[in-house]
Amino acid sequence: MREPKYNLKFIIGIAILLSLLVLLPLFLPSYYIGLFSLMLIFAIFSMSLDILQGYTGLPSLGHAAFLGIAAYIVGLLNVKVFKGCNFGIELVAGILSAAIVACILGLIVLRSKDVYLLMILLASSMMLWGIAFKWRSLTGGDDGLPGIARPDLSFIHWNLGNTIHFYYFVLLFFIVSGILMYLIVNSSFGHILMGIRESEIRMQSLGYNTWLQKYIAFIISGIFAGISGILLAYYNGFVSPSEFHLVTSAEGLIMVILGGVGTLIGPAIGAVIIILIKNFISAYTEHWMIILGLIYIFTVIFAPEGIYRIFKKLLER
Amino acid sequence: MIFFINQIINGFVFGMLLFLLAAGLTLMLGIMRIINLAHGSYYLLGGYIGFSIAKYTNSFFFACLGGLLSIGILGIFSYKIILEKHFTREPLAQVLVTFGMLLIISDLCRWIWGGTPLAIPKPEILQGNINLGKIVVPVYRLAVIILGGMILIFLWWFQERTKYGAIVRAGVDDDEMTEGIGINISFVKTIIFGIGALLAGFAGVVGGPFVGLSIGLDIEILLLAIVVVVIGGMGSLKGAFCGALLIGLIDSFGKSLLPELSIFTIFATMFIVLAIKPSGLFGIK
Repeated sequence: MREPKYNLKFIIGIAILLSLLVLLPLFLPSYYIGLFSLMLIFAIFSMSLDILQGYTGLPSLGHAAFLGIAAYIVGLLNVKVFKGCNFGIELVAGILSAAIVACILGLIVLRSKDVYLLMILLASSMMLWGIAFKWRSLTGGDDGLPGIARPDLSFIHWNLGNTIHFYYFVLLFFIVSGILMYLIVNSSFGHILMGIRESEIRMQSLGYNTWLQKYIAFIISGIFAGISGILLAYYNGFVSPSEFHLVTSAEGLIMVILGGVGTLIGPAIGAVIIILIKNFISAYTEHWMIILGLIYIFTVIFAPEGIYRIFKKLLER
Repeated sequence: MIFFINQIINGFVFGMLLFLLAAGLTLMLGIMRIINLAHGSYYLLGGYIGFSIAKYTNSFFFACLGGLLSIGILGIFSYKIILEKHFTREPLAQVLVTFGMLLIISDLCRWIWGGTPLAIPKPEILQGNINLGKIVVPVYRLAVIILGGMILIFLWWFQERTKYGAIVRAGVDDDEMTEGIGINISFVKTIIFGIGALLAGFAGVVGGPFVGLSIGLDIEILLLAIVVVVIGGMGSLKGAFCGALLIGLIDSFGKSLLPELSIFTIFATMFIVLAIKPSGLFGIK
């Protein structure tokens, strides 16, 4: 399963891809640059889910919990506490909140497996949705929290109100998180996770505390999902309960499956495709949910191994 | 005191409704390891179909019949055509496919019946209230409790006392062994899926007069049914019943006593049960 570590083709491919991303604002109108910011945000989200789903073999239908909690913490601090953006504190608080939620949830849910785990995670994220939805005085209910200010980076001459500047801001986070996640899944810890995915009993008999490894993977994955939540809050300028919703979690999963489970770069491609499709079909028809539903079904039936692997096979032929 | 009794009755009624949903969901999970995320959509679609039938025929009976039959058939078709062939053993694939069905059904409902909430009119015989001193109980709600009880007894009898029930129980325990002794497990699974869907569609019509029908209800009710199944344990009808009553009562009290945290109380219950018994109250493994 594992790709060789220093595959020249792979590195060149990544380098081309990254330089394309950097040069993108030169070719595209600013509307698409905004869209690309959203894609990169969801790419971080789907890659973080892949650490759990693809590398550790823990299916999650509640990943939106981490994205949502970080987005809400940023939103609450931004709108209710600072009345403006205090980027350093918000970033740390957002990441911490996602980590704390992962710590608590992990303690309860990681004793369960497979189908049961899926259902419990689904229920957990929807519990947070319920709180965000009903606790009107704090969270604004289904109106959400509008008016989140973007970070003020004028001291390095970045004006994040500008779409292109904000795109580079997101791209920076994407590259850093992407590299970190790549290093994690290719480290010895990453290999332990893959061992757990293939056979947990074997890893246990080799002397690994598999519960602890899974717990750590769960928290790491939660933290990166939290980062995407922070960026999403700044991108939208508001947070709403839908951040926690099953729809968001399922979207993350379909990005992972469509792109290719356990490839890390695949889910990022999946995110780009899903966001693109959603954006285009919602412009043409109000019944875009039907089309999205069909995409879910057809992806699972016809491309269960994911676009990235199909693409790779074609290249190697 | 009156408040207390009223809430208990409301909780029981809602619990019965949840039981109809959770019974199907738990059997699907137990025997096929399928999390059917479209289960709430079956409920909603059944309710909407019942609404239209009730509107044109003025008959609640036909509404129930139409709702349960159409959803039962839809369930069998979606299982046979989409679910069974491609991925009998892959939980994630099923989750995504059933979620796709959820999106499609939800959009179709919005398309056909619009976004405004609807309610199915109560049948004429079951209108009115029963006065017990100071407590006023709507006849319809009483009828739902009795109906739920009857379905519970029937399902229990079917599962524990008939040959077919024995086959289902064997399938929950070990479906490969069951197939090995010459039982057509694929047929059994199809029927179970159909019955589960049928109960969900029926629940949609029965719940129509007091829960109403609205877009978004599909996920809301699916979630409660999932919590019920998690609390009760996969594949256990007894668990589904106890879980449904528990959640019905907690929902009813939570909504009136702690409206801002009503959803939280339900999930808190789930977490407490899971912390004590990770496989649910009556879970096998």
